[in-house]
Amino acid sequence: MTDTTNHNDFSFVRTEMAQDQPAPVNTHGPIAWLRANLFNSVGNTILTLISLYVIWIAASGIWSFTVTHAIWEGTEGADCRVEGAGACWPYIQNRLLFFIYGFYPAELYWRPNLAMGIGALLLFLLATPRIPGKLIVGCLFLFVYPFVTFLLIHGGYFTGLEEVPTELWGGLMLTLIVAVTGIVASFPIGVVLALGRRSRMPLVRSVCVVFIELWRGVPLITVLFMASVMLPLFLPEGTNFDKLMRALVGVTLFTAAYTAEVVRGGLQAIPKGQSEAAAALGLNYVQANAFIILPQALKLVIPGIVNNSISLFKDTTLVSIVGLVDLLGAVKAGTTTSTWSAPTIPVTGYLFAAAVFWVFTFAMSRYSQYMERRLDTGHRN
Amino acid sequence: MKKAIATVALSAVLGMTATAAFAQSTTLQAVMDKGFVQCGVTGGVRGFSAPDENNNWTGLEVDYCRAIAAAIFDDADAVRYTPLTSTERFAALSSGEIDVLSRTTTWTMTRDTSLGINFAGVMYYDGQGFMVRRADGIGSALDLGGASVCIESGTTTELNAADYFSTNNIEVNTVVFEEQDEVLQAYEDGRCDVYTTDSSALAAERLNLEDPSAHVILPEIISKEPLGPSVRQGDDGWFNIARWVYFLLLNAEELGVTQANVDDMLASENPNIKRLLGVEGTFGEMLGLSNDWGYRIISKLGNYGEMYARHVGPETEIGLERGVNALWTQGGIQYAPPVR
Repeated sequence: MTDTTNHNDFSFVRTEMAQDQPAPVNTHGPIAWLRANLFNSVGNTILTLISLYVIWIAASGIWSFTVTHAIWEGTEGADCRVEGAGACWPYIQNRLLFFIYGFYPAELYWRPNLAMGIGALLLFLLATPRIPGKLIVGCLFLFVYPFVTFLLIHGGYFTGLEEVPTELWGGLMLTLIVAVTGIVASFPIGVVLALGRRSRMPLVRSVCVVFIELWRGVPLITVLFMASVMLPLFLPEGTNFDKLMRALVGVTLFTAAYTAEVVRGGLQAIPKGQSEAAAALGLNYVQANAFIILPQALKLVIPGIVNNSISLFKDTTLVSIVGLVDLLGAVKAGTTTSTWSAPTIPVTGYLFAAAVFWVFTFAMSRYSQYMERRLDTGHRN
Repeated sequence: MKKAIATVALSAVLGMTATAAFAQSTTLQAVMDKGFVQCGVTGGVRGFSAPDENNNWTGLEVDYCRAIAAAIFDDADAVRYTPLTSTERFAALSSGEIDVLSRTTTWTMTRDTSLGINFAGVMYYDGQGFMVRRADGIGSALDLGGASVCIESGTTTELNAADYFSTNNIEVNTVVFEEQDEVLQAYEDGRCDVYTTDSSALAAERLNLEDPSAHVILPEIISKEPLGPSVRQGDDGWFNIARWVYFLLLNAEELGVTQANVDDMLASENPNIKRLLGVEGTFGEMLGLSNDWGYRIISKLGNYGEMYARHVGPETEIGLERGVNALWTQGGIQYAPPVR
């Protein structure tokens, strides 16, 4: 039986699995990705090369201005007065406290620091989903914290702290105060206005419509101007509203009108069945809105609200035209300090301000995306 | 007889109240009650009002506010500053938000007559000037024929320059820009030979050029821009204080009283100096202030010449010559009525 030789001698039958081979180089990995996305046709290749060239020019310019040619050490403007010098970083370093606190007395910096610390802590407690007691923290943040902050930063009254008038408030601190007040205080007003605009009571509805359309119809710069230039002329001589207070009220009402329209968009997206179901359960208007309608509507409009907040945060720079020294105003005023004068100093200041604004708005935007994902409980097809 | 006495007494009382009302200023009273002078300043103009390294306001116009505070409170730091934009400055003053406006404001007829404000004096006689490159060797604006001139559009600067060149039959090419920063950049890049704007601004802007010493400001001044502090109309007592603080600064310079020698000058035999420093007479009381108001100001801030030298003078980075801002005794036009 020569033909019944042992099968095992024939090696064409595999007894074990072949080793996985890596895929061919040109179908995976960065090279394949480049080929599939950037160089998959002649047109795209040309576009890619042009884009790379533009990016290279921009990036190398920025890099050379902010890093390689930048001046890193110095004690006065003259040190930055160098042929072909880039950014003047010692200027930022030297004036940093001015950019943050404005004219606030240096020995009292701990007061705004403490206020900001408390705010950051409360915000952290509010923003981290796992921590319980949201209602208490929320109430603290909305109703107690503003007064604590004001008393801490302003002093005077019964606190026994030295009084620091609002003219001395400035820099990033002022920007944050205006932005946070605007965002937080405008939200409840906006929700009430949005509900009012959908109300069946003609008087309430028309009041809300007029308010919203009036405030939305004028630019913020006009509102601030009215508040700071015209308003004092209407009031009897000697009655003085605080300048910052006037700007804050203007900013808040202005933002509230926008928030109202955003929230109304969310309310309209909720099917009528929801409110009918709430009514069928015996819930009254307040209960139906508080427990059924608003939670759903507000979740829908998070992107819109954050959009508003970001745009308000940037709009706070407009307060510098009514003579409040916000971050941008402080940077501008800083460039006129007589010991700091050099050709690149204004540019350096503006770059710094832009970077600070970007950090804050980007953080807001990321947080909103996180909240959207977390609250995404349905309605997705 | 009784009636006559009563009439005399009554008229005396009336007379006294009349004088008292004349001397007492409501603004002064309000300032004394709150304990500081509220002073409107710019958002930052180098040499005139700008924050210094320690975040204190400093500058020629800031020193004027400090002088008022020194006269009233014997404390030059009893001032609070309100940075104002050029559009809101007059509203801030007339609404009572500030007590004094000391913010590079040009004294013009319209402002003086229709805005409800009074100008107390001229801290700096400004005017439009020209800046050229030192290397070009131009010594006078009359030599500018054929040059190209960088100007900011839509300003009085543009009109002043056009007037000046046409009246002097000089042909120039004007290059017009929207923003002050652009004008400076264009001048730096060599797109024009001449940069024109107010001369104090020229001096401050020059510091933002690559090499400030390579540029000179020509002696010709082609427009009048007297920059001065102003107060609300309708409070003559306060207006007097604002006015005489300025006059006192000039008189002190004229009499040679400086911050350094003011204590020795208290013993001076010169009757003018005695009156100036309150050793003799009751000039402070006439303003509703203490009689040593002059001593208080000079001992804390010095005279006008010292303030000028400290903030904008040739020794500073800005480096403005006294020019027309010198005293009348030294060829300038700064002149003050005597204290007597």
